[in-house]
Order: sequence, then C-alpha cells, then structure tokens
Amino acid sequence: MKPKHQRLILALVALAGVAGAGVLGASALRDEAAYFRTPAEVKAGKAEVGEPMRLGGMVAAGSIARQADGVTIRFVATDGKASVPVQFTGIVPDLFAENSGMVADGRMRADGVFVADRILAKHDERYMPPQMGEMPKNMKLVPGE
Amino acid sequence: MHAYANPTRFLAIARPLTPWLLGLGIALLLVGAWAGLALVPGDYKQGETARILYVHVPSAWLGMGGWTALAVAGLVQLVWRHPLAGIAARAIAVPGMVFTALCLATGSIWGKPTWGTWWEWDGRMTSMLVLLFLYAGFVALTMGDEGQRQGGTLPRGAAVYALVGAVNIPIINRSVVWWNSLHQGPSITLRGSSIDGALLWPLGLTLLGFSLLFGAIVLMRMRRIIADNRVAARLRRMADEES
Repeated sequence: MKPKHQRLILALVALAGVAGAGVLGASALRDEAAYFRTPAEVKAGKAEVGEPMRLGGMVAAGSIARQADGVTIRFVATDGKASVPVQFTGIVPDLFAENSGMVADGRMRADGVFVADRILAKHDERYMPPQMGEMPKNMKLVPGE
Repeated sequence: MHAYANPTRFLAIARPLTPWLLGLGIALLLVGAWAGLALVPGDYKQGETARILYVHVPSAWLGMGGWTALAVAGLVQLVWRHPLAGIAARAIAVPGMVFTALCLATGSIWGKPTWGTWWEWDGRMTSMLVLLFLYAGFVALTMGDEGQRQGGTLPRGAAVYALVGAVNIPIINRSVVWWNSLHQGPSITLRGSSIDGALLWPLGLTLLGFSLLFGAIVLMRMRRIIADNRVAARLRRMADEES
C-alpha cells in the first residue's frame, strides 16, 4: 500500500470518528440545547412550578385578552397538542400576534398559568408579498413535527 | 486534478479568470441589491426588514461553504500533499471569517425588530458564533508560521483543525431541526422554497454574486501568496549566490 493510500484511509477513519462523536454529542444535547419547551412538554411534567424556563408556542387564535390594568395581557400558547395559558405585563414585540409564534421567559405558577417576564416573537420560515398574507392552516412551529 | 496542482498551470487559469469573476460578481450584486431593496415588495408580516435576507443568506452560505472548502483543502494537503491545497486554505480563511461575521451582524440587526432581541443563545446563533471562533483559531494557527514562507503548505495541526472543525457545519445546518430554536426553520429545502417566488429571485442574484465575488477574492489572495513565495525563493537564491 502506498503511503498516500495509508494517509487517505487514516484521514477517512479519523473523520468518521470525529463525525460520529459530533452526532453522538448533538443527540445527547437534544433536550439540553433546546431553546424553549413546548406546551406538550410542560403538560408532560417537564416544568416545575417556580423554575425559570422558556415556553415556546403559537398564540392561539382569539386568545389575546388585555386585562383591566391596561398593561397586562393573557393569551394561550399552543403547539397543537396541548396549550398553556400565559400572563405577561409589559411591551410585546411588533410581530407578536395571534396565530403566530412566540417564546416567553418566565415560570409556571402553581395554578398552571405561565407568568412571563419577557416575550419574543418567533418568525416562521415563510416569506411572501403582502397581498398573499393569509396564514395557511397547516402552520408548524416546532420543527420536525 | 494533479495538472492543476502545479502553481504555474494554476496561475495560467486564475489570472484571466479573476477579472471575470470579479466583474460578473459585482454586476450581479448591483442588480440583486437594486431588485431586493427597491423592486420587490416587503414581506407581508415583517415589512421592509425582510430585505436583509438578500445579504444574510449569502453570508451564511459563504461562511459555511468557506469552512467546507477549508476542510477539503486540509484533507487534500494531508493525503495528497498538493502544493495548492495549503495556499487555497490560507486564502479562504479570512474571507470566510468576514462573511461569517457579516451573517451574525445582519442576523442580529434583523433579530431586534423581528424577535425583539439582538442576541439569544439558541442553537443556530450559538453554532454560528462557534464557526466565527473556529475561523479566528485557524487564522491564528496559520499566521506567520514557517509554511507560509515555504510554498504555502499548512502546518499539520492546522490541516487537522480544519477537518475537525467541519463537524460544526452539519450542526449549524441542522440546529433548527434538531432543537427548538428562536431562529426559524429552513426556508429553502430540497422540497422547495417557503420564500414566495416574488421575493426569492433577487436572492438568487445576490447569492451567485457574492459567491463569484468570494471566488475572485480567494483567487486574488492565492495569487498573492504564490507571488510572495516566489519572491522569498528568489531572495533566498540570491543570498546563496552572494555567499
């Protein structure tokens, strides 16, 4: 075997090893590297009361309700499988809207309401001109589902 | 492939190719930027901020494509010891790093009005930042080493580093699929595009334009490294003759 071929085989074996390690590492991080938890995960008991966490989901249609104090809103975050009521006091991003994705920092309260202290709008992968701007029904927020 | 590994043959092709890549790239960028900024409508929801994608997407593509090329060059140098592989890797590193930084900067500028934040540690942003640090590490490893003055070959450590760093490329690509992230999922996949055709076509122009520009910059940098090597070799010969 020529040295060139030896080096090629060595490099490919090393590359396969490193790629394998990368895949194993990435899959081990599956839960840890998630930026937010979904309502279904919260319902499945992955959120402890009072523990700081992020909740991500769609804002359910017709669910945004402004409270009497004028600065607090309540809405329902859903992922199609479960939904969690959210309460937030403050200013939301311009793109925060019903039928649209959002990510909230906060914690679960004992009564099952998620109290957020910050809200981010999540944009989806669709870009279109304004005259076509109707939301398709089959929106998905959580990738791979 | 061996035929083009020879710097003289490479120069015979690179010299006339450079102005074509440069001119065509700049022309496509001008048309693409005009179309993207002025001609096509804004997005139905984001409005005008969506237009940053005409810079952001090509930057991401070149940042990641640059490292892929760096890894291939590292492999070619380790296995076949082609003289041009190390030169190519040295030429790619800095432009790749610049486009990665541009991708992060435009993403941040877009994120503030869209998400409501400049930066979040989600999978996509974090892995892209890691790519920027990888580039910085590669530049540091190959700056002012012996190989730079001896034909441009990479130190073996730098070639291995380029290969190992390539693990991050599929992680960046899949980060929005594997993990819940703030960054949206892929808009353009093998199954089609969820960017409407009316907004998509200028992206094709800027993508190709930036890629040709990147190619021209890399060729110019490679030619410079080859010229530097020749000067260094000639000076060495002259010094030998005198002594």
